[in-house]
Amino acid sequence: MKIEDKKRVLREMVLHRRFEERCYQAYIERKIGGFLHLYPGQEACCNGVMEAARPGHDYVITGYRDHVHAIKCGADPKAVMAELYGKETGSSKGRGGSMHIFDGDKRFMGGYALVGGPFPLAAGIAKAIQLKGGDEIAICFLGDAANNQGVFHETLNMAALWKLPVLFVCENNLYGIGTSIERSTAVVHQHKRVAAYNIPADECDGQDIEIVYEAARKAVDHVRSGNGPYFLELMTYRYRGHSMSDSRGYRSREEEELWKQRDPIFILRDRLIKDGAMTMADFEALEKETDAYIENEVIKFAEESPEPRVEDLEKYVFADRATQLPWLTGKAA
Amino acid sequence: MSRMTTEQAIHQALAEEMQRDERVLLVGEGVATKRGDLVRNFGTARVRNTPLAEAIIAGTAVGAAASGLRPVIDLLFAPFLTYAMDALVNSAGKLRYLSGGQFEFPLVAMSMTGSGWCVGAQHNHNLEAMFAHAPGLKVVMPSTVADFKGLLKAAIRDDNPVLFFTDLALLHQEGEVPDVADHLVPLGQAAVRRVGADVTLVSYAKTVGVCLQAAEQLQAQGIAAEVIDLRTLKPLDEATVLRSLRKTGRLVAVTEASGLCGMAAELAALAVTRAFDALRAPVVRLTGPDAPGASSWVLEQAALPTAEAVVEAVQGMLGDAVVVREALATT
Repeated sequence: MKIEDKKRVLREMVLHRRFEERCYQAYIERKIGGFLHLYPGQEACCNGVMEAARPGHDYVITGYRDHVHAIKCGADPKAVMAELYGKETGSSKGRGGSMHIFDGDKRFMGGYALVGGPFPLAAGIAKAIQLKGGDEIAICFLGDAANNQGVFHETLNMAALWKLPVLFVCENNLYGIGTSIERSTAVVHQHKRVAAYNIPADECDGQDIEIVYEAARKAVDHVRSGNGPYFLELMTYRYRGHSMSDSRGYRSREEEELWKQRDPIFILRDRLIKDGAMTMADFEALEKETDAYIENEVIKFAEESPEPRVEDLEKYVFADRATQLPWLTGKAA
Repeated sequence: MSRMTTEQAIHQALAEEMQRDERVLLVGEGVATKRGDLVRNFGTARVRNTPLAEAIIAGTAVGAAASGLRPVIDLLFAPFLTYAMDALVNSAGKLRYLSGGQFEFPLVAMSMTGSGWCVGAQHNHNLEAMFAHAPGLKVVMPSTVADFKGLLKAAIRDDNPVLFFTDLALLHQEGEVPDVADHLVPLGQAAVRRVGADVTLVSYAKTVGVCLQAAEQLQAQGIAAEVIDLRTLKPLDEATVLRSLRKTGRLVAVTEASGLCGMAAELAALAVTRAFDALRAPVVRLTGPDAPGASSWVLEQAALPTAEAVVEAVQGMLGDAVVVREALATT
């Protein structure tokens, strides 16, 4: 990665981290309801892969830990925060909440609350790309626990059989809610499970963005060149619990400390400092600036936005022809 | 008019819609094998056999629909839909709402069900009401050959997910289909199959025939039954049912599906909540039993509401009225 790109991505990763930490605070303050799944610790995964892909051009679908993926694809952090607040200005107009961020314009095809649910949808998105003949790819980010659903296997089979342009990114954070992967999954290294479907698969460190980026470049090139699906497993860790109701009683604080020594933001920061591209003071200023942006713009927007109107409770259940969506192009004879 | 079977009408509808709109594709269990001419005309990319795995078939359709295609999926038998519930109910039916209206899911999920082939409960289960209960989905279950064609074409053009059920006892029935270039039957419109003023018989799929037989027998007794074929279960054409009820004051709801929380219960609720003042007798529901479909021909047929049962129910409702009419006739 070029120095300029690394500096830009560091800025983005700090935004992603501080955004999530601010969500935590808003949740404690009961400004945000529902379930909240936070991303700190895993930032190099989404950022590394999407740096190798084309955000806004490639289609991205993921699970419920979805705020950062949406923002990385181009969703406005203000709209994402407003969605968490359940406001009409939210990215899903307050109908989706934390687990259902969508941004069709940016081809962010959604956060999905059911474990493994996006697998077959990613295959369908890829099928549409294949049929239309575009150079986009579908990227499906999911956690390791999703791979124990039956649709994981149905999707891998179909993707390989139909040679679909889909990249599966497994963010293996070692826990499915509160069950460690050793206790839930017969095969810990997920890429090994994929070999049975003749899909090329790779595993790498998910904490170092440059390593993720290099692995993802190879993966994206493979898929975009028409060679069919690819599976990339990134070994990572979430600092917070599964959701806000999780006190992490199933793992030790020592284990958490070990992972925090390999923090994705600090790895990149220290490398940039070592290379003389920035100073610690620059980094601290960046954090302050980010916090100010989140407070003065993102939170302010969410708090001041209107609630959805109760009269609109049943709006958006069915499509009607009067509201044809701009990206649904295709010609009817 | 052209004479053809339901199966041929469905095939014509698929062929015409694929010709009309290149975004329409047909995927599912054996579709390419069964419909070779569609493969020849539209290619293997648009007409494609799938693995026998309903969750991925339906899920693929949802993803493709969100990306601008208009997939039709053939899942063969209705009980197989339970494997596809997540994609159909949680994705197709909900993601438009959850995204604040950002996506549309124009897809049709076809399946067969109903008694008549002795296929047993894992191939025969009238579970259409489960989908009527799920938000964001439309449900269609035709009875006539012309409607199979017209409703399937309309379902493919609809911008919402549509469950299209084929009563397998009707698959080989013959009927007339209009020769117009584009025979469309709009979703959400019931058909009055027979006009009458004494009682309203409401049904869909094969039990529409049962109601028509009953109406014929009732006619011989001087009772005029109106027969309504719902055709679309959701959106439900409440206006047509209510209009008839205001005239007759009597409702018999007939379904092959079991009664609890079913379409007949919904019709009864419609009658008592919206036309209570017009009712002249308690509503009667004639439904299949709350039991899995048996493979025995005798048991399978015994589970179906019969014309005789409908006649008996109507006589019960009209008992006093018939006596009065007879008394008036003799004076």
